[in-house]
Amino acid sequence: MNLFSLTPLEIEALRLSLWVSFWAVAMSLPAGILTAWVLARLSFPGKALLNSMIHLPLVLPPVVIGYLLLVVFGRRGVVGAWLYHSLGITLAFNWKGAALAAAVMAFPLLVRAVRLSLEEVDRGLEAAARTLGARPLRVFFTITLPLIMPGIVAGTVLAFARSLGEFGATITFVSNIQGQTQTLPLALYTLTQVPNGEHGAMRLCVLSVAIGIVALMASELQAKRFAKRKSG
Amino acid sequence: MLNIHVKRRQGNFSIDAAFQSEEVGVTAIFGSSGTGKTSIINMIAGLSRPDQGRIIAGGRCLFDSAAGVDLSPERRRIGYIFQEGRLFPHLSVQANLTFGMHLTDKKRRYVHFDEVVHLLGLEHLVERRPARLSGGEKQRVAIGRALLTSPSLLLMDEPLASLDDARKDEVLPFIAKLSQSFSLPIIYVSHSLEEIFALADSMVVLDAGKVAATGSIEDVVERRDLAHLIGYADGGVMLSTTVTSHDRTKGLSELRFNGGMFRVPQLESPVGTRVRVRIKARNVALALDPPRRTSVQNILPATVKDVFTDEGPLVDVRLDIGCPLSARITLSALQDLELKPGSRIFAMIKSVSVSHSAIR
Repeated sequence: MNLFSLTPLEIEALRLSLWVSFWAVAMSLPAGILTAWVLARLSFPGKALLNSMIHLPLVLPPVVIGYLLLVVFGRRGVVGAWLYHSLGITLAFNWKGAALAAAVMAFPLLVRAVRLSLEEVDRGLEAAARTLGARPLRVFFTITLPLIMPGIVAGTVLAFARSLGEFGATITFVSNIQGQTQTLPLALYTLTQVPNGEHGAMRLCVLSVAIGIVALMASELQAKRFAKRKSG
Repeated sequence: MLNIHVKRRQGNFSIDAAFQSEEVGVTAIFGSSGTGKTSIINMIAGLSRPDQGRIIAGGRCLFDSAAGVDLSPERRRIGYIFQEGRLFPHLSVQANLTFGMHLTDKKRRYVHFDEVVHLLGLEHLVERRPARLSGGEKQRVAIGRALLTSPSLLLMDEPLASLDDARKDEVLPFIAKLSQSFSLPIIYVSHSLEEIFALADSMVVLDAGKVAATGSIEDVVERRDLAHLIGYADGGVMLSTTVTSHDRTKGLSELRFNGGMFRVPQLESPVGTRVRVRIKARNVALALDPPRRTSVQNILPATVKDVFTDEGPLVDVRLDIGCPLSARITLSALQDLELKPGSRIFAMIKSVSVSHSAIR
C-alpha cells in the first residue's frame, strides 16, 4: 500500500470530517460573535447563568453533551420532533447531527476568543466613529469587527480544530456510521477495535497530526498579517 | 451659536454648568483636572447624557430633557477631536479622513477634502497607517477627520496635552486658523493657559463642575477673584493690539494699543495684523522717574488705579496706561515708592517677556 495515497475509507472519513467541521464552524460563527458581544458589552440579570451554560461543554464529559443532544434533538426530542414534523429535518444519525455536536462542543472556545479580543477594543474608537456620523450597526461592521478579526480567526481555528477532534458527543448523539457520521477520530477508534487495524490507525493518526499542523500554521500566518497591517 | 445648560451627577461629583458661545471663534473651557471639562463636552457630543438640561448648537436643539429631545451622537453634526486622537488603526490616513465625510449628506458638505489636506499639510501622509504617524501628525489627521464631516461645531478635548512642546508648536497654528477659515465655532478644552491665550477669544472657567466665570479672555484674565483658579503666578493682562511697523535693523515690531505703543521682538505677521499680547504682572516693573539708560524697551506713563496687598510680601498694582495693566512688586518696593491710587508713575515692560506663543 502506498504511503502517500489515501484509501477510499480514509478519503471518506477525511472529507466527512472537513465537511462536518466546516458546517459546525459556519453555524456557530455568527452566533458566537453575537454571544461574545452580548457577554462583553451588556450587563443584564442572568448573565452569569448564560455564561456558565455556554461554557458547560468545556467542563462536562462530552458523552453527557451527546446524551443531552440526543434527548433534545433526537427524533423524539422536544426540538428534534418539531424539526422533523415541521421542516422535515432529521439530525439524529447523520452528518447534520455530527455538525451540531461539533458546533456545541466548539462554541465556548470560539466565544472565549472573540470575547477576549472584544474586551481589548478601545471603546473610545467606537465613540469617535459615532461622532463622525456612523450608526451603531455601521460602527460594529466598520470599526469593531475589523479590530477583533484576529480574535475571530483565532477562535475559528480553535473551533475548527475542536470540531475535527470531536468524539464523545458525536458518537453518543449520532453513533458511528461509516459515510454518515464516521469522522476521522471515529474511524481511528474503529480501527483500534478491529484485529490488524494498527496500520490503518497509525495512518489516520499521521493524517490528523498533519491537518493540525497546517491549521496552526495558517492561523499563525494570518495573525502576522493582521499585526503587520496594524503597524502600517 | 452654542447655548448649553446641563446638570449631571457622577457619583458624588455633580456638574451644573451653563454658558453660551459665539457663532465664530474659539471658546475655551478652562479648569484644573477633575473639574468636569471633558464630561461637559461629552454631553455636548452626545457621548454621555445629562440628567437635566438643554443643549442648542448651530440653531438645532440637540438635547432638551423637558421636551424629551436627545439626538444620538451621529445625528448631532458635531466634530470631536479627542486628546488621544483616536484614529482608526486598521484604516489608512485617507480612509480615516473620509470616514465621516462619506457619511455626510453631499448637499450639507461645506468642507472639502483637498482643502483640508492642504490646510493641515497632510499631502504626504494620506497613504500611511496611523501607527506610522508622529503624535503631531496624528492630531492633525484627527482634526481633518472631524472637519470633513462638515460639522456645525467643533469640540477639542486637550488636543495638545499628549504632545511635547515642539509638536504643540506644530499643531497650534493649524488650530488657530480653523475657526476663521471655516467660520466654525470651536469649544477648546484645556488646562493650559498658554494654549488658551494663543487660541481662544473667550473662556469659561470651571470650578468643581460649576461655571466660575465666563467672558472674553481679556476680562477673565484680569479678574483677581479668579486668581486661585487661573493660577496666581500667571496673573496679568491681555492687550489687543495691531502691528504698526517692523524695524528689521533693530529686530523689533511695534504694536499699537488703546493709549500707546508697545515694542516686541520682531513678528512674522504683516503690518495691520491684530495680535494679542499677554503681559504677566510679574514682568512689569515700576519707576517714579523714567529711567534714562536701560535695556527695557517699553516705558509707559501710567496712573495707579488700585493697590492690592492681600498676597503677603507681594503686591499687585493695578495701573491705567490707556488700558488696564497689572504690576507685581514687593511690599518693600511699594513702601519705597509710596504708591497709592492716583500716583503718576512709569511702567517698564521688557519686550522679551512677551513670548511668541503669547501673541496671535
